[in-house]
Amino acid sequence: MAASESMTRSAEGEAARSRAAEFLLRRHYFRWPEALPWLIAIACFFVFPDRMTFGSQLLIMIMFALSLDLILGYAGIVTLGHAAFFGLGAYTVALASMKLGWTEPISGVFFGGAVAGLVGIVVGWFILRYRGLTLLMLTIAFAAMLQEGGNIRSDFTGGYDGLPGLTFDPLLGRFQYDLYGHTNYWYTLAALAVVFFVVRRIVYSPFGQALTGIRENVRRMHAIGSPVHRRLVTVYAISATIAGMAGALFTQTNAYVTLTVFDFDASAKVMVMLILGGTGRLYGAFLGAAVYMIFEDKLSKMSPTFWQFGIGLMLVLAVMFANRGLLGLGDKIRARLARWRAP
Amino acid sequence: MSHAANIVISILFDGLAYAMFLFITSVGLSVTMGLMNFVNLAHGAFAMVGGYIVVSLTRSLGIDFVPALVISAVLVGIISIPFERFLYRRLYKATDLEQVLLTIGLAFMAIATFTYFYGPIPKSVPLPHWLEGDVNLGFRTFPSYRAFLIVVGAVLVTILWYAFERTNIGARIRAAVDNRRMAESVGINVDRLFTLTFAVGSGLAALGGGFAIQLFGLTPYFAVLYLVLFLIVVATGGLGSLKGTLLAALVIGIIDTGGKYMFPQAGNFFVYLVTVVVLLIKPAGFYGRE
Repeated sequence: MAASESMTRSAEGEAARSRAAEFLLRRHYFRWPEALPWLIAIACFFVFPDRMTFGSQLLIMIMFALSLDLILGYAGIVTLGHAAFFGLGAYTVALASMKLGWTEPISGVFFGGAVAGLVGIVVGWFILRYRGLTLLMLTIAFAAMLQEGGNIRSDFTGGYDGLPGLTFDPLLGRFQYDLYGHTNYWYTLAALAVVFFVVRRIVYSPFGQALTGIRENVRRMHAIGSPVHRRLVTVYAISATIAGMAGALFTQTNAYVTLTVFDFDASAKVMVMLILGGTGRLYGAFLGAAVYMIFEDKLSKMSPTFWQFGIGLMLVLAVMFANRGLLGLGDKIRARLARWRAP
Repeated sequence: MSHAANIVISILFDGLAYAMFLFITSVGLSVTMGLMNFVNLAHGAFAMVGGYIVVSLTRSLGIDFVPALVISAVLVGIISIPFERFLYRRLYKATDLEQVLLTIGLAFMAIATFTYFYGPIPKSVPLPHWLEGDVNLGFRTFPSYRAFLIVVGAVLVTILWYAFERTNIGARIRAAVDNRRMAESVGINVDRLFTLTFAVGSGLAALGGGFAIQLFGLTPYFAVLYLVLFLIVVATGGLGSLKGTLLAALVIGIIDTGGKYMFPQAGNFFVYLVTVVVLLIKPAGFYGRE
């Protein structure tokens, strides 16, 4: 009796273990719904051909939010200064085009990303030893210093009036930037796709697992000998690179850039987008940025005041009732439906 | 008196006035953050609300500026209590991120509400005669409004120092900042203590907001525009430390005033530089606990 019981129990344990192993083995597989955002993005080109400039802006914000998800959602680094790296990328491309005559767009994006990434390594090495308020203040102060520094040298950066009228070569030497932003839309979409697959690889790699470990329990990661600081600096640099690439695309899309890219508001905005969509799940950046930008586009034209009140209310409600964002809310509803259907 | 000495005195005087503004507005934030480790980004919103109450009291009801400051501080202190009781309390054990989001959401809502009612244009208030013009201290004259701010700041520093270091409640607050669990286990009601300090801190922020009207011009964006400065004062001073907040306010106030005087182009650059340097050397601030 006792023996058979223990046998069924061990069989159950075996089954549970193999289910868990199965899950771990398969969780990085592509699933069909993952094609959905890309199909929608392609469909948008045909449905809204005259809104492609807005479309490009949206794709750029998705890339920016994705870079934040990597450090905030996976590694748990709370920052309110991520616009620093977006701005670095944006200004790198702008100044390279103006002062160096580096007008080739694709290499420009990589150049912008590289500069932001290198700065990310240096800054991250200094600030990622700290947590909580200290870290938050250091990230804010760093972005603000870049902005003020840019303003001091406004002869060089154009200050708050910006650097207008930047020119870039045709894409691949063939596709001219057109008035409707069609070329630019495909260009940005391709860039986002490349970045996304890199990020997806990272979060499902052992390195990504270590980041989640750091987020969940930093002491335990220290205890098992994980090089926490090095891992954090690495992911911070990767995230900075992606943010810089997003900034570079931003400059190329608009053909101008001003110091407002470093605003505290810009850092807060990208965080709101990510929170709205859901952190630590990649597609949160897509959904959050899309919902935010579309509502902003519609509502802020009608009344910026109501729009601002709306964001505030949304944040309060999100923290109170849906702390995993819209995608988390979707999960909750699905779980509730499943329980309701089950006998 | 030589020209250079005159400039130095001017910088010190204006820096001191600015420091007093920073101290009055930030001290509540420092103590509440020290007590509950709660990142309150809506603190600037309470200061902004206080400023607008002063505007309404003086312009619509014709109350004098100084009594209006006092009434506004008391009102905002009372208004802040339900926020603490019903919203903040639920998130004391939550992550930094959730606290940041909730409070920045509240700040946005406050900005939008006050933009709706008061508009985005800076407001001013009528000042009594004795606050306009200059006051003569024998060797030179100083603007009386800033002199008044320094006096009020000095009085508040003294009162707060006495309350913190010499009264029973102050001892309880210090105990709770040092070790919350221990304080609770010896019978201190930390929750009630926190509500009290939160209300007093918000009231002081409102007082700072009232003073800010004539210093910087009050717009709804005051809530986030100066928030970063308040947080800098709190972080570099050390959470929950009165001494630290005062020292940080003085350092930031004087450096910012001097920096802007000598390099007007630089804006707040020096403030951020000092912040980064201080936090890299002493991550918990001047008098914070590591």
